[in-house]
Amino acid sequence: MGLQGYEHEDGSVIFDGEDIAELSITERARKGITLAWQEPARFEGLKVRDYLAIGARDNGGITEEKLKEALTRVDLKPEKYLDREVGEALSGGERKRIELASIITMKPKLAILDEPDSGIDVVSLKEIVALIQTLKENGSSVLVITHREEIAAASDKASLMCEGAILRSGDPLEISEFFKNRCIPCDSRVSPPKVI
Amino acid sequence: MARITLNALSRDDEDIAEAYTAAGGDAAVLHNHEASSLVVSGNKVLSANGTEGIVLEKKETEHGVDIKMTILKGYKIPLPVHLCFGLIPKDGIQEILMDFVAEEDSEVELIAHCTFPNAEKVVHKMDAKMVIGKNASLKYTETHFHGPHGGIQVLPKAHIIIEEGGSYFTNFSLISGRVGYLEFDYSVDAEKDSICEMVTKVYGKADDKIKILEKISLNGENARSVIKSRLAITDNAESIFRGITEGHAPRARGHVDCMEVIQGNAKAEAVPIVRVDNPLAKVTHEAAIGCVDKKEVETLMARGLEEDDAIDVIVKGMLA
Repeated sequence: MGLQGYEHEDGSVIFDGEDIAELSITERARKGITLAWQEPARFEGLKVRDYLAIGARDNGGITEEKLKEALTRVDLKPEKYLDREVGEALSGGERKRIELASIITMKPKLAILDEPDSGIDVVSLKEIVALIQTLKENGSSVLVITHREEIAAASDKASLMCEGAILRSGDPLEISEFFKNRCIPCDSRVSPPKVI
Repeated sequence: MARITLNALSRDDEDIAEAYTAAGGDAAVLHNHEASSLVVSGNKVLSANGTEGIVLEKKETEHGVDIKMTILKGYKIPLPVHLCFGLIPKDGIQEILMDFVAEEDSEVELIAHCTFPNAEKVVHKMDAKMVIGKNASLKYTETHFHGPHGGIQVLPKAHIIIEEGGSYFTNFSLISGRVGYLEFDYSVDAEKDSICEMVTKVYGKADDKIKILEKISLNGENARSVIKSRLAITDNAESIFRGITEGHAPRARGHVDCMEVIQGNAKAEAVPIVRVDNPLAKVTHEAAIGCVDKKEVETLMARGLEEDDAIDVIVKGMLA
């Protein structure tokens, strides 16, 4: 995403046929790529309605109806949240849902969701999956970083990443099985195949 | 002193109305006879309107106005009282002396706009004494506009006494245009079961100088307070914040919270001071000075904003 602290060393990042490796966060966002952080930021004084509208600026703005619809999609009551601040008074889970709503209003070509289920209770995993489906139906590709099998299972394709390298790609269920059977909780190693 | 109790209007002035609007006020409220209002330009009272439950006295002095406002016992004033203090010329002095009393069980909201749109060599002083009576409530919002030149010294000073069960909420805001030199000096004595919340929000630019001095003495049992300061400074602006809270009584609770964002060559200093001499009182503090949070900026950039626009949104949110 071009975040500070990550330097481009080698290779290309191709998006829509263009190398975007040297582009800034803003330039990438304007090409349709956005990111939802694992731990969303707090914005003292910034109203939820204004926050959700920011991503829609480049799409000609947003209507009140669409703002409400985005909040409803993440299971938040619009009348309760639209005029609240995206600040400390919101719980981590609420901020997470609002972050995801901001992705909906932006309508990106590619949404990168970093652990979208973190901070959200287990019961709500289905909602996250439904949200990913919504983004897909709205024309967005979704790249999800997750440790949850349920989230991976909702994907079309999964890759297993270890120490910055993709070890394996393919069917999400197959990748999940590989992860469960072969990966062990240590820094970077893959265990030998089980002897049957 | 002239004593005005009901709808005694003098003439209005287009310039001050325009300046009032520039400061964020709605000039129409100054003509609403159902709401109390007072408009002072330099040392001239341009209009004064009192409504039932409010006694408003004013006297023009060489450089300003002496004002005495009393909210009578038991009156809950339904509409906010609008005050406008300003000076239209590019130079001059304005001195406001304010003696405010909210009598027992009364309730009022004051909305003040102080506007100096052309200030190049202006001094504005306010010296206020405010008494919030037993179980009375005052909400006081003061918004300043000093124009683009920075040629102004603004010296608001107030001593507030909150009697038993009273509450005082104040919000001082100076976020558009230049600051010039600001020395904000408020002190509060809070008695038993009283509540005090003081919020200051200032945006300094160019070579603006900002001094915020706030002190709350929690003298009475169960008195509670918050000092909250939000400052943003950029260019070569400088700010000093001193927020003092003293806990002198059992179950007194106070908190001092200062957050400052600095950019460019700006310099900021924040000193929250807590003093407690009663073992059952508790006063806490926090202060943070620094650049705008990186994750906040990057989040907004990931929604398509340029970095400067993202910082602007964050700073304006903090000062909103």
